[in-house]
Amino acid sequence: MVHAAKASHIGGCLSMADILAVLYTRILRLDPAEPQSPGRDRFVLSKGHATAIMYATLAECGFFSLAELDTYCRDGSIFTGHVSHAVPGVEVSTGSLGHGLPIAIGMALAARSAGAGSRVFCLLSDGECDEGSNWEGILFAPHHKLSNLCVIVDFNKIQSFGTVAEVLNLDPFADKWKAFGWHVEEIDGHDVIALERALGAVPAPSGRPTVVIANTVKGKGVSFMENKLEWHYRSPSDELLAQALAEIGA
Amino acid sequence: MRTTFIESLSQAASENPDIWLLCGDLGYSVLEPFAAKFPDRFINVGVAEQNMAGMAAGIALSGKTVFIYSIGNFPTLRCLEQLRNDVCYHGADVKVVAVGAGYAYGSQGYTHHALEDAGIMSMLPGIEVFVPCDPMEVRAATRLIAGSGKPSYLRLSRQGEPNLGAVVTDPRKPRVLREGREVVILASGPIASRALEAAGELGGRGREVGVMSVSCLKPLDEAAIRDAVRDASLIVTLEEHILRGGLFSLVAVAYAGDAQRPPVAGIGIPEQGGKTSSAGSREALLDAAGLSVQAIVARIEQSLAKR
Repeated sequence: MVHAAKASHIGGCLSMADILAVLYTRILRLDPAEPQSPGRDRFVLSKGHATAIMYATLAECGFFSLAELDTYCRDGSIFTGHVSHAVPGVEVSTGSLGHGLPIAIGMALAARSAGAGSRVFCLLSDGECDEGSNWEGILFAPHHKLSNLCVIVDFNKIQSFGTVAEVLNLDPFADKWKAFGWHVEEIDGHDVIALERALGAVPAPSGRPTVVIANTVKGKGVSFMENKLEWHYRSPSDELLAQALAEIGA
Repeated sequence: MRTTFIESLSQAASENPDIWLLCGDLGYSVLEPFAAKFPDRFINVGVAEQNMAGMAAGIALSGKTVFIYSIGNFPTLRCLEQLRNDVCYHGADVKVVAVGAGYAYGSQGYTHHALEDAGIMSMLPGIEVFVPCDPMEVRAATRLIAGSGKPSYLRLSRQGEPNLGAVVTDPRKPRVLREGREVVILASGPIASRALEAAGELGGRGREVGVMSVSCLKPLDEAAIRDAVRDASLIVTLEEHILRGGLFSLVAVAYAGDAQRPPVAGIGIPEQGGKTSSAGSREALLDAAGLSVQAIVARIEQSLAKR
């Protein structure tokens, strides 16, 4: 998709691929035949630029056909470069960073009020943890004991213009969440068993909201993309695409 | 106005269990009756307007009608992108309610003066914008937006504003406060009381001056206004807001293409970038900004003399 559309953000797609795979095959209670079912779990993609992997996941899950992905970023397509709620299965449109968590908090409050047992999962990038709006939400959720809320941080350590450590260091990251009152799980974000265990434990027995800090690798699985900032922007040539597909065994 | 708003909202919430109210740690001595009656549907989110607006969208997208409440610029400009993306782009059923329109917070100073909010809110896609002039219009607008299913902005002044006219039949339609067809003053907000005083004074000088409250800035009922000004030799707009983006801009744009139309004289608060604001009551600040009754009368007479 990224190659065909000459689009970008493939590095941040690959870093979260395993997270989405576990969420959509093992965790989320969703019915592609009834995507608006009131009692469903919600998934809010706050790093709204990572659309190729999001749309591909939804297609694989049956929300629409794989063939529709060919229109990605093309004229007239619903499949925009930043995630769109025009796409079946997408809860909200994001793209400006720092918006997803407050929306997810609202959904978690409404779900708790409805008493249907729905859970809300929200995926943040590490770079967007620079946004003050996220910290407003991070303060709010434990105060209101939103145990049905789970944040996942795709902690690939590279943001738009440098490494997280260089641009605006988040360390000690887990300690910050703990100090705000969250139940914190730090895991290897490419270990599907660890992901399933951490995400499957929501709501946490402590009554706290959960954050899963998923340590990931930007460009995971493709040797020439791994940990390379430039793959936030580039789309692969024909040759590089062939190599990438061979490496990930697609 | 604040009290009328919360009474009207509480009544609507009694009838509709899906109405929620969020506030950004403001509303002391105003919101308590709602909070006491509906504790499960009231949240003080803290001093965090971006989170409040995003949360409101999330709750609304789960099937609720959500009001968010704070002072002037805080639930509007502070979280503008959340209102644009999370609320309006999704058509979420969120109502933004701001108190302290214009100079209502008087001596509190510039940060608490809401001078650009109505124009900025009007630019958001799919939103309805209400600037009521008196408690009767507040009641009607609150009832309407509570059931409209659309994003809305309700701009309130503070307290003690008198009723200026007869019963409101449709909050989306301009309301005649005083008959008169030679000059028609279109006013939005409680500044309409000064329009009535000016009209009375001009009436004493032999002018036939009508006053209409245009409480719904978006959608602007162009047909109703066009009908009201059909015989006018001058249209005047009066607002407690800068002219750019407010009532004057909306009216001027609406009639710009008409070949035959009276001129539109806009009276509002001057833009004062880079200049410090002085202390003063709302009344004193309005007078200093050129919105005293005498200044309004003089401006109208000047505009008529030019014709």
